[in-house]
Amino acid sequence: MDASLDLLLNALISGLLLGGFYAAVSIGVAISFGLLDVVNIAHPAFILLGSYVAFLGNTVLGIDPILAALIAMPAFYFLGMLAYQVYYVAFERRDDQSLRGLSFFFGLLFITEVALVLVFGVDYRTVQARYIGATISLGLFDLPLRLLVPFLVSMAMVTVLQLFLSRTFIGRAIQAVAQDQLALRLMAANPIKIKRIAFGLSIATASLAGAFLIIIQPVEPSIGREYIGRVFAICVLGGLGSFPGMVIAAMTLGIAESLTATFFGPSWAPAVAFGILLVTLAVRPSGILGR
Amino acid sequence: MTALLRIEGLGKRFGGFVALEAIDLEVQQGERLGLIGPNGSGKSTLVNCICGTLQNESGRVRFGEEALDGLSAHQRTRRGLARSFQLPRPFGSLSLAENVRIPILYTVNARPGVGLGRSAIEARCLELLGEVGLADKAGLRPRDLTQIEMRKLELARAMATDPKLLIADEAMAGLSHNEVDEIIALLIRLNGQGVTVIMIEHIMRAVMEFSQRLAVLVAGRKIADGTPQEVVRNPEVVRAYLGE
Amino acid sequence: MASLVDKTAASGVLPGLRGLPFVLVLIAIAAVIFATGRWLGSSYAFFVGYVVLQYIVLGTAWNILGGYTGYVNFGVTAFFAIGAYSTVVLNKLVPAMPLPVMILIGGAMAGLVGLGTGYLTLRLRGVFFSIATLALAVVVQTLITNWDFVGGARGAYVLRPRIAPLIGGEYVQYLFLIMLGLCVIVLATARAIERSALGYGFAAIRDDEAAAEASGVPTLRLKLIATGLSGGFMGMAGAPLPFYVTYLDPASGFSLNYAVNAIAMPLIGGTSSWLGPVVGAILVGGLQEYLRVTISSAVNVLVAGVLMVAFVILAPQGIVGLFQRKKR
Repeated sequence: MDASLDLLLNALISGLLLGGFYAAVSIGVAISFGLLDVVNIAHPAFILLGSYVAFLGNTVLGIDPILAALIAMPAFYFLGMLAYQVYYVAFERRDDQSLRGLSFFFGLLFITEVALVLVFGVDYRTVQARYIGATISLGLFDLPLRLLVPFLVSMAMVTVLQLFLSRTFIGRAIQAVAQDQLALRLMAANPIKIKRIAFGLSIATASLAGAFLIIIQPVEPSIGREYIGRVFAICVLGGLGSFPGMVIAAMTLGIAESLTATFFGPSWAPAVAFGILLVTLAVRPSGILGR
Repeated sequence: MTALLRIEGLGKRFGGFVALEAIDLEVQQGERLGLIGPNGSGKSTLVNCICGTLQNESGRVRFGEEALDGLSAHQRTRRGLARSFQLPRPFGSLSLAENVRIPILYTVNARPGVGLGRSAIEARCLELLGEVGLADKAGLRPRDLTQIEMRKLELARAMATDPKLLIADEAMAGLSHNEVDEIIALLIRLNGQGVTVIMIEHIMRAVMEFSQRLAVLVAGRKIADGTPQEVVRNPEVVRAYLGE
Repeated sequence: MASLVDKTAASGVLPGLRGLPFVLVLIAIAAVIFATGRWLGSSYAFFVGYVVLQYIVLGTAWNILGGYTGYVNFGVTAFFAIGAYSTVVLNKLVPAMPLPVMILIGGAMAGLVGLGTGYLTLRLRGVFFSIATLALAVVVQTLITNWDFVGGARGAYVLRPRIAPLIGGEYVQYLFLIMLGLCVIVLATARAIERSALGYGFAAIRDDEAAAEASGVPTLRLKLIATGLSGGFMGMAGAPLPFYVTYLDPASGFSLNYAVNAIAMPLIGGTSSWLGPVVGAILVGGLQEYLRVTISSAVNVLVAGVLMVAFVILAPQGIVGLFQRKKR
């Protein structure tokens, strides 16, 4: 009785922390899909790329994986701008997003995965940092720093982005691009340029999320796929384009997965996201905070 | 006269916004009705509720003897309720002949007792395109058409369903004086063949020339309904159009 | 071949001359291919040929929903693996069951999963269906991995009979023949759809769903038909797989290669006609085999992805489209 309560509490805490990490994984898609209506299913591939950049920074240069991710962020930003430019010219302008645009991102996902296999092989890779392996024990439950550090940095990133979107001119323009492109033109802002910046930002977040991923678990090239279902389940459940909704949804999924793993076994956890996604789409496609 | 379309107490809201409130409207068999109102007054929402693209929350829509409530758009089309879209929405990858062929396959041919053969369908496609003056372009794609030709294709596709009632949603916006006359003539000819027509339009000259009766929507409510001469002299209508 | 390529011009112009002659030609071609294989007597040719045929079936199945109707299914592996694993199950329960019956059952299972997924998501924008199919692949893999009866994560061994039934010779020849038969069925179905009211309905949905509804097209029902057919054919393509590989585990049965190839081949060949996936499968499948032999197996899987991205950007109409434009 006591043991299972203990188990439940620990599962809840680690689920919450996991949810914080999921928020970092999903915020890029909350921007690209939620605000820009660009269905970037290759986002997990960019995250995996971030994991391997952090891995290189950590093993070759010996720096902290999160620091490595921060240094790599501008490169990811430009990579994102480039990807959007190709997407815009080849698909958005031709109004061919749904069939070929989606396939384009699917191809990117696959190419990245195979390229990572060719360069790094299929072995699991890990990083070194002082907080990996340490825990803070608070009597009833334990706080593994491996989860706590990504959680805190992730929440900081979400807050900064939320402030950026609501307080700055470009941020407000990004929000407007989803609503009304004409109004944006009247504000003398070029919608394509705004979308390019926003997409760059969304890919930049993948750099950090990738570092979190490899801090939390060993990484190999094909695990990115597991995150497609998670990311979109979170974004749909959270109501597209809403950051607070997205964070709540991420925590919900984190806790649901953690409980599933604790009480049914970890191999069942990947199915949770799909269940949530399907139920949300079938019952309440506008998400928990939607009207 | 019997009412072909009868709308009773129809209401529609989007979240907290009331788009339509307690609309009553009757359209008689064979009538030409004009529906006008300022932008955002709910005309398009009303069309969408009649055609089943949107589902109304309250009130009911009757078509002939039948209640339409709960039927989807394609079921209503099959019962003889056709529409053209405000912005033309052709099937872009298909030829003009194929564009009108689809409604024939899915409405006329889906009705009991009708089974047009290939050559009959072929002939009907050309006939329909001929009625709007596009017969010689039957093999082209919609992207090769001009603005007015696109509108005509939109009307031909609606007529291909062999409708009892046609709702023409701003079929003339952006057209020149002569082109407007062409479309009006087309719709009047269609009405002469027994099709009831509701015309939604901003161009007052077209509405006055075409309509036998006029209904006015303002802010989701019907504020006037009568002969065109009566309605345009109605003080409430004048206020809505010219401001206080 | 020229008259087959020119399908848009021919459609609707040849009343009466619809399915049958085409099917007869297909069967004749299939017979010639099989006879040539027997004459060559090389089991390598049969093994390679099987893979190409399998991709023709997969690519055509994907194209019925993707190319004709405009809904992108990323969960090809889920449907394919459902077919494969239903064979594993049936083979354990009823070892004497003939393979064609297993294929029918596997196809039916996959088709039902397709209908279910479609029913839940096809009312929404198409992109949600695509996302759901992506997640479906993960969840089916999770289920299989946790199912001990079919070997779980360890995988399952399937005994391949030594001698082919009915025709004699190596068993792979029988597998090849079965896949050849599936090809004929799937291609005949695809072409029949293109020329029927169903095909026009699919095209209308692809181009503009609201306009399709307004033209009387029952969009939801047609989308479900396309999803069920497409998923069913994918399951049928997967059903013989356990006998081909003799050892099946979730990692190989759910390999992303199947999905990428099944999507890449129609997009490279051209999505507007039944011929596109055939051209794509022969070209890409052949190229992959060539690269696998000459360079390495890691590079050969990259080809489909790179070619697909190149084609969707540079030649959205695919090879068949390029050819048609030239003729016109």
